[in-house]
Amino acid sequence: MTDATANGRRLPDRLDSPFKSAVLSWESLLVLVALGIFIANSFASPYFLNEWSLSDLTFNFTEKGLIALAMALVIISGEIDLSVASIIALASTLMGLALQYGADTPTLVAVGVGVGILCGAFNGFLVTGLKLPSIVVTIGTMSLFRGIAFIILGDQSFKGYPASFAWFGQGYVFWVISFELVLFLVAAVIFYVLLHRTNFGRRVFAIGNNATAARFSGVRVDRIKFVLFCLTGLMSGLAAILLTARLGSTRPSIAEGFELDVVTMVVLGGVSILGGAGSIIGVVLAALIIGLVTFGLGLLNVPGIVMTIFTGSLLIVVIALPILFRMIRERRA
Amino acid sequence: MTDPILTLSGISKSFPGVRALHEVSLELYPGQVTALIGENGAGKSTLVKTMTGIYQPDAGEIRVGGQLVTLPTAISASDVGITAIHQETVLFDELSVAENIYLGHAPKNRFGLIDWGKMRREAQETLDSMAAGIDAGMPLKELGIAKKHLVAVARALSVDAQVVIMDEPTAALSQKEIEELYVLVELLKKDGKAILFISHKFDEIYRIADRYTVFRDGEQVGKGFIKDTPQADIVKLMVGRSVEQIFPARQVTIGDTVLEVSGLSHPTEFENVSFSVKKGEILGFYGLVGAGRSEVMQAVFGMTKPSAGTMMLEGQTIAPKTPADAVSAGIVYVPEERGKQGVITGEPIFKNVSLPSLDKTSRSGFLRMAEEYALARTYTERLDLRASSLSQNVSTLSGGNQQKVVIAKWLATLPKVIILDEPTKGIDIGSKAAVHEFMGELVAQGLSVIMVSSELPEVLGMSDRIVVMREGLVVDTLENNDLQPETLVSLAAGIVEEKAA
Repeated sequence: MTDATANGRRLPDRLDSPFKSAVLSWESLLVLVALGIFIANSFASPYFLNEWSLSDLTFNFTEKGLIALAMALVIISGEIDLSVASIIALASTLMGLALQYGADTPTLVAVGVGVGILCGAFNGFLVTGLKLPSIVVTIGTMSLFRGIAFIILGDQSFKGYPASFAWFGQGYVFWVISFELVLFLVAAVIFYVLLHRTNFGRRVFAIGNNATAARFSGVRVDRIKFVLFCLTGLMSGLAAILLTARLGSTRPSIAEGFELDVVTMVVLGGVSILGGAGSIIGVVLAALIIGLVTFGLGLLNVPGIVMTIFTGSLLIVVIALPILFRMIRERRA
Repeated sequence: MTDPILTLSGISKSFPGVRALHEVSLELYPGQVTALIGENGAGKSTLVKTMTGIYQPDAGEIRVGGQLVTLPTAISASDVGITAIHQETVLFDELSVAENIYLGHAPKNRFGLIDWGKMRREAQETLDSMAAGIDAGMPLKELGIAKKHLVAVARALSVDAQVVIMDEPTAALSQKEIEELYVLVELLKKDGKAILFISHKFDEIYRIADRYTVFRDGEQVGKGFIKDTPQADIVKLMVGRSVEQIFPARQVTIGDTVLEVSGLSHPTEFENVSFSVKKGEILGFYGLVGAGRSEVMQAVFGMTKPSAGTMMLEGQTIAPKTPADAVSAGIVYVPEERGKQGVITGEPIFKNVSLPSLDKTSRSGFLRMAEEYALARTYTERLDLRASSLSQNVSTLSGGNQQKVVIAKWLATLPKVIILDEPTKGIDIGSKAAVHEFMGELVAQGLSVIMVSSELPEVLGMSDRIVVMREGLVVDTLENNDLQPETLVSLAAGIVEEKAA
């Protein structure tokens, strides 16, 4: 124990300078990794250093990154949502269905967002209302949501989205800056403030560290968790709009396997898979790194299945590293 | 006189800030039941854990049949013939009864595989010899708690244990099941086993024990034969103090009733509990572990839902559904399980303190760190918190200082009623005194304090009135005028005859 204060002396706010802890953080390591991959990419392919290449690169992570922002909060609170990719499939399918009934672009957006929120609320109800473990609930709804999409679509696909809708996935706000990138950056700022600068975010951390003690401290744990599942639903709905608009069609297999990439981004971003710790800056950097890596591998004509091997291995390494470090430290102590 | 099978001598064990055992000794004799008696925190569980290889003593020696032994693991204790039957059995629900009995020493066939037929047969023989009425092939989970105890005893017989420790074995049993257990104890005695019987209930002790050993504050303070010793003498040994504690004198005018609870009931834990606490009053709750005191408090705090009853706070009916409701009404709760329920150990001091007050320190939902630090500093300094900075992680604080963080957290919400559940359990003497002194200050400022405590000196030293609970019922509510500790112990343990005064 470090009992430094004598009786009556003033307790300082903190001892470490915030600057020092920022330099030694996981985020600064991620910045270095991102820079390293960027430089490696520019050597590996002559087509990489080009403004349109770099713009294309951002499409590799914006949709998944949007979901990762909300997923970070869910995982920090000690839960997980594996149904996000299936929410995209269901939201996209229902948007396509609405299109068949002549829906215009604002209605399509409302359907995408609405379906996302409803799916999230359903997950949230099962977890907080019925007290079921979120990993089981969302594995179940993962099959359920996509199953509904399959029933509606069969082996068909919806096509013919209007140009004003396609702009969400294909349009540029300014020069090579896409709407998707702008939306991701705006969402990142909002989630940064929400997690690190509000009472809500503080309570999310408290729940993830010790849900029982948080409840004993007057935190409305269930209400907050419910909101978090609605938020991932909402972000999945937004991702469904972007992805559908970008692809121009809906198939029931849309966004298959996205949940793996999203969870990888969150964990690579330094969010503890056990809950209670993490930062939005880390998640944004991790999204960028995954985008850089998959784009670089694409430029080198590496097939998609190899990229899956890469993300899978990355996920395991990132989860195992902190545990390995702790084991080494304990052995030394 | 026979020689003891198991002899402990000079055993000491300390934890950071707490001296759990100090040079204690214990002898267990074959074919005899020795009762281990003491208040909560007297060191009984620590001793049991030392005897079963879970804790290593800092000093002292353990002899089994005269041979010096060390018990580095639970298996080594079982190898020398020491086995324990716990309050909550450590058996495996998903396995069969026979598997539970023979787990770790199952009979093998000539291929080195488990001989299931033999195991089943022998398990059944053991159970039948106890007249247990249990089929050895049944899954354990289909048995009630009493039958599970029987299985644990059968396991003790099957490993050929010489020493059987029974840690409050009757706590969860009905009267009929307790009678069955007595028969078993007799069986074990006839078999020549040495039995250590831990219980709070004097009727049990006088019914089945031959000898007794009394612990107090981690020291052995007396031993002898049950039949030569009246209950009053044992009670005196239990409650007498070696270290006199000084409690702050208070000059507080007690005001009107603040919180009135009437007829509060819970399907399983407590029934028809009524009490009230006044402004400036400390209301003590005394009882044995499992008497339902904490459960009542958690219902008042909105953690659990009562099945009946009403609560009035300053004349207004309240029915908190969550702790958040209770906190905004002005009732706060300092839980007994500090590490699990009190503090959030992964977070720094200031975040722990500000958590329930975030609405006050923030502006439209946005954090203002400076306000948080100021709030945390105000209340932790009032409690004389010892830390290096407000950003220090609470997991690095001692138990006493963690408790101060929990209390600071609640004071910052400006409550009307503060419930303290075993506020000084497991904290060092210095912090204890600080907490006691602070309770005096709280009531002086017009708060109402409800203090659940199993420590007699604390209850008697701090309370204005004392509610005694036993088995989920309020037995009595007493004015704390010249109350004798023996009166409280008798009420809590249900001793009716020969009240010592």
